[in-house]
Amino acid sequence: MKNVQKWGRTWGPLLAIALVAIALLVVAPAVLSPFRLNNLGKYVCWAIAGVGIGLAWGRGGMLVMGQGVFFGLGGYAMAMHLKLEASMATGGPDAVPDFMVLYGDGTMPGWWEPFRSGPFTLFAIVVVPAVVAAILGFAIFKRRVKGAYFAILTQALAVAFATLLIATIQQTGGFNGLNQFTLFFGYNLYDPVNKKMIYSIAAAVLVVCLVVVWQLYRSRFGELLVATRDAEERVRFLGHDPANIKLAAFVVAAVMASIGGALFTPITGIISPSDVDATASIFLIAGVALGGRALLLGPALGAIAVGFGQTTLSESFPDQWTYGLGLLFIIVILCFPAGLGNAWSQVTTRFRRSEAVS
Amino acid sequence: MNDDYLEIRGLTVDFDGFKAIDGVDLTLIQGQLHFLIGPNGAGKTTLVDAVTGLVAGTGLARYRHQDLLRMKSHRIVRAGIGRTFQTASVFEGLSVLQNLDIAGGIHRSAWGMLRARRGTPSYVEEALETIGLTALRDKPAGVLAHGQKQWLEIGMLLVQDARVMLLDEPVAGMSAEERDATGELLLRIGTERTIVVIEHDMDFVRNYAQLVTVMHAGKVLAEGSVAEIQANARVQEVYLGRTVEAEANRA
Repeated sequence: MKNVQKWGRTWGPLLAIALVAIALLVVAPAVLSPFRLNNLGKYVCWAIAGVGIGLAWGRGGMLVMGQGVFFGLGGYAMAMHLKLEASMATGGPDAVPDFMVLYGDGTMPGWWEPFRSGPFTLFAIVVVPAVVAAILGFAIFKRRVKGAYFAILTQALAVAFATLLIATIQQTGGFNGLNQFTLFFGYNLYDPVNKKMIYSIAAAVLVVCLVVVWQLYRSRFGELLVATRDAEERVRFLGHDPANIKLAAFVVAAVMASIGGALFTPITGIISPSDVDATASIFLIAGVALGGRALLLGPALGAIAVGFGQTTLSESFPDQWTYGLGLLFIIVILCFPAGLGNAWSQVTTRFRRSEAVS
Repeated sequence: MNDDYLEIRGLTVDFDGFKAIDGVDLTLIQGQLHFLIGPNGAGKTTLVDAVTGLVAGTGLARYRHQDLLRMKSHRIVRAGIGRTFQTASVFEGLSVLQNLDIAGGIHRSAWGMLRARRGTPSYVEEALETIGLTALRDKPAGVLAHGQKQWLEIGMLLVQDARVMLLDEPVAGMSAEERDATGELLLRIGTERTIVVIEHDMDFVRNYAQLVTVMHAGKVLAEGSVAEIQANARVQEVYLGRTVEAEANRA
């Protein structure tokens, strides 16, 4: 019995990840229409960011309210490359994105130039958010900023980021964002087969992210991260600087958000400030909170569920659906503060307790 | 002569003009149980806080050629100075074994931190044995008795391999048997470490102290064996006198 339990504790989560992988990679493409599958791909991108939020918030106790910034860094990096790819396909190797001609003087800023290269873009999608998160995190955590102050600070970053994007229409497309892509690393984006391939990439990346956090959660680092969340000062007297532990989780979460954003761009065909602003950031948090922030699969499934709910509800009730989402959020937080994924164990614990009393 | 001692010279902690510690000189030598006693507000805990980087102090606190007053808390721990707090602060959600294991983190590489725990490291096993919690290894630390939590904290210091242990009232709230068990434990591990115990319980001090420093109003009042301290007139006046009175009242 004990062996079975031990086996279950080690390999149970992997089995659950495998089930998610089968559902996303085998079942969904077989049963969903291309339109629905593409929508699911969008939710999967949010889920990738959600997995990172689960690590930073659920396990690390950092309420990251500005993950839209990192989602946007990845999304815009990819969009710049796709935009250039589309322009170069029609206008030759020195072509400039159409909106720069439309809104500007037709010259391209120098920092766009390297994004003509696909490998550089992929490199930037991982490294830029990591560096930004490391610098930000270093400044924040070394000063021991935490709790609500941390949440407000990250939220303000998302506001500032979206404002900056809107203000720089000649460089970033402004309020309209970047859209009208035709190619994805040489593959035609109008071909349904290629759309399906991009969906599969996103689903596979989500599975990889889940495996990464599974290993992080069972590692000594994971134990230390939870210890830091629960008793930061005590961890200091174990000889660790809590700032470094939190920084590591924050950087991983940022990179995951960025990768999610990078895949979001070709799947939806557009990235705009409204995809990365404060509201979008809270939307990501909402999914994670609903699913269960400290659980392995909670954040991913929660993000997918909220994305699905948004689409379905907005199709039937275009004006009122946000109220429905808000109501659901309030009910879940009131009844199951640890998320729906924890509802079952919460109910059984309460049941057992009342049994023990009677 | 080894260099395994902690030397404090002219340590002063100033809280906005109030000198909680006022020019304290203290040498803590390996291999003897050194007790720090004094009435409330004498500055005992503040002294430990200053040496472990929790409050800023001026003066000198030297251990192995490093000035602890200029170091951050986690660096001080890595230099081999460990401490406990008045209220036991173990990780209640983690098991006894996990608590001990997590304390060994400073001896692991970054790569080792990313791996899951497999088996029990020998130093964790030894610490479990020493503090006598082997049978409770898989229990969550939250369900332990108060005394057991304090032992677990001492065990965590053992796993950290703290050469200097600063224990803030480790036997407060313990039963008489638990106090004796703690005293024996400290004697056992104290032979090769520098152990400083802040304590109020005079019976415990009498039974286990090998060297006593009495603090009063941020200054060192007297230092010596238990007998010497008890014979010291000034000590009787500010500290033992009250205890004697209190004991007389209780009787």
